[in-house]
Amino acid sequence: MNGAQYLIKFFENKGVEYIFGYPGGKVIFLYDVLGKSTLKHVLARHEQGAVHAADGYARVTGKPGVCFATSGPGATNLVTGIANAYLDSVPLIAITGQVGLADIGRDSFQEADIMGITMPITKHSYMVKDIELLPAVLEEAWNVATTGRPGPVLVDIPSDIFSGTVDFSATTHNITTRKGPRKNGLEEQISKVLEAIKMAKKPLLMLGGGIIASRAWEQLEEFVKYTGMPVVTTLMGKGAIPDKNTNVLGMVGMHGIPAANLALNSCDLLLAIGVRFSDRVTGKPENFLFDTTIVHVDIDPAELCKNVNTEIPVVCDAGRFLTAIMTGFKKEKQTFQLDEWLSQINEFEKKYPLLYDKEKTLKPQYVIEETARIAGEKAVVVTDVGQHQMFVAQFFPLGGIRNFVTSGGLGTMGFGLPAAIGAAFGRPKENILLFSGDGSIQMNIQELATIAQNNLPIKIFVLNNSCLGMVRQWQELFFKEHYAQTIFTYNPDFIRLAEAYGITALRISEPEEAKGIIVQALNTEGPVLIECIVDQSENVFPIIPPGGGPHEMLGRWQGETHISRIG
Amino acid sequence: MRHTLAVLVENQPGVLSHVAGLFSRRGYNIDSLVVGETEDPGISRITLVVEGDEKVIEQVSKQLNKQVEVIKVNDITNEKIVERQLLLLKVAADTAIRMEIMQIVEIFRCRIVDIGKRSLIVEATGDEEKIEAIIRSLRPFGIQELVRTGKVAMVRGTK
Repeated sequence: MNGAQYLIKFFENKGVEYIFGYPGGKVIFLYDVLGKSTLKHVLARHEQGAVHAADGYARVTGKPGVCFATSGPGATNLVTGIANAYLDSVPLIAITGQVGLADIGRDSFQEADIMGITMPITKHSYMVKDIELLPAVLEEAWNVATTGRPGPVLVDIPSDIFSGTVDFSATTHNITTRKGPRKNGLEEQISKVLEAIKMAKKPLLMLGGGIIASRAWEQLEEFVKYTGMPVVTTLMGKGAIPDKNTNVLGMVGMHGIPAANLALNSCDLLLAIGVRFSDRVTGKPENFLFDTTIVHVDIDPAELCKNVNTEIPVVCDAGRFLTAIMTGFKKEKQTFQLDEWLSQINEFEKKYPLLYDKEKTLKPQYVIEETARIAGEKAVVVTDVGQHQMFVAQFFPLGGIRNFVTSGGLGTMGFGLPAAIGAAFGRPKENILLFSGDGSIQMNIQELATIAQNNLPIKIFVLNNSCLGMVRQWQELFFKEHYAQTIFTYNPDFIRLAEAYGITALRISEPEEAKGIIVQALNTEGPVLIECIVDQSENVFPIIPPGGGPHEMLGRWQGETHISRIG
Repeated sequence: MRHTLAVLVENQPGVLSHVAGLFSRRGYNIDSLVVGETEDPGISRITLVVEGDEKVIEQVSKQLNKQVEVIKVNDITNEKIVERQLLLLKVAADTAIRMEIMQIVEIFRCRIVDIGKRSLIVEATGDEEKIEAIIRSLRPFGIQELVRTGKVAMVRGTK
């Protein structure tokens, strides 16, 4: 058996269904074997498309995404996608071809040190220099990507390892087993948490992507039902709990829901699970809730006290933590009196609802709200990066599990279209909605070919404001309206562009047309691109200016005509 | 404060650049780094001296612990340790002042390992304080070249 055959068999045995990739000189051998296997290959049109698609697939299925690329430029084109998966803790295995063993280090044709390049943006990067080690490396790579805090792993394989032959049954499979989270001290921390919850008058639950990675939905539902505690989420935590749950206030952070941010600012106990206190949530970390008791639960000990000092750090899987806490509650027959706190939050919600002007021009929020109403909360929602992403987070109520795919940590424009491809393969029976902007969509527009080729039923909403809206917004608010290089004075005709790829295209220009065209798009089989000509001047509010705390939101509040700081 | 970390890692190519890269990426400063094989040829030991407060050192240790090739991280700053650096120093030494230099070398119990026409190479091992003292004492004679290793350290056996 040769190395390529072993690798393909390895992925078959792991239950991998799809490989997202792009062939090239140093992976010819691998593709030759792949073509004769049961694995289905999705041919992207750019390696970045392949890696984002694998990422999207992983997010909607919970299984690791796998992508293949050739050496040199093929491998370096994966870099953004790998960094993206790293910051959002997405399990991903990238296999890259490398020049032959004898050619390494000679600046050979299409040679790049992808292991060195990706080391800082993976959980680990490997290069297989000895075919005998291939089984052990693959097993370990799989293990590293999928256990603990998930993340991307890269395995760089010289071409002669693919073509080399060895009796793999005779090779050793010794792998480094991952160190699980330390369990000593856990019980003590849990009892501290129980005590803190007992003492708290205004507890708040903050959920991050860790809840989803830990598959802790059921434990979470039970916890929220039992305690009645109000819940906020980070961008990555969106979808951990259905938005229609009355305890859920919505997303916190720079563009968070006002009531959620105000609750965050007013709570006396923050129970943060599977979050990493990103700067988009905390603002200046030193000022963040300095007089609130913070419980921080994460499976990765390095996250605890990294950005924010916490009173009670707990190294634990989210699901196991919630189960342990529930056991504690039940044992002590703990009851909760949160009426006063909940009515305070209720006031926040009444006083500061999310507002936008639906009249006159077509607003991006309106398109998103209408689509949500028509498609329902069970749709799989994918976004690109920018204003539209924040509008989706604010205005699209989610109800399904693993139904939200967005580039949170890295904020990668161009992520959406290929990620939607991965989502469509991962969840073939469901409605896949992509919201993108005219900026983002052009960053990986070539993937329209992949969508057309596979007739993927993705509904692509291009919220076209002829500008890079988020940066334009900052320039308006913080740079005296100096719109440096953010206005697209030239854009392609997106309708004709979609049609050139053989994709049905529709356009919404006026608010009155929206409903009819959205219904038409959702009822059309196969891919549809819906270009929405939206108001260029629309801004995402609220916004916490850089360095501000959760209560320092700028926005246009109820009954006011101008932008002002809350309070 | 300066901390001394003893880090056991798998003895594989790329590990050192990985560990060094981690420090630059996260913005930590390495004062010195020494790496070498241990009693087990599959394992190397990196002795790191890092500047930072408790919080920084805690992050450094946690980040190191997350790396696949890192087996164990030990902060031995407050342990009873034996620590050594190695110094090679080429000092200008005309015949007239040779004796004086040799006396200093004698006092510090270091060695002369090369005698040139106009210079001597002094070899010294010791903790940082001793190494600094030797350099200070020989500086007036004219140091032509100086090379030193970072610190290696070992926790003392229980008495």
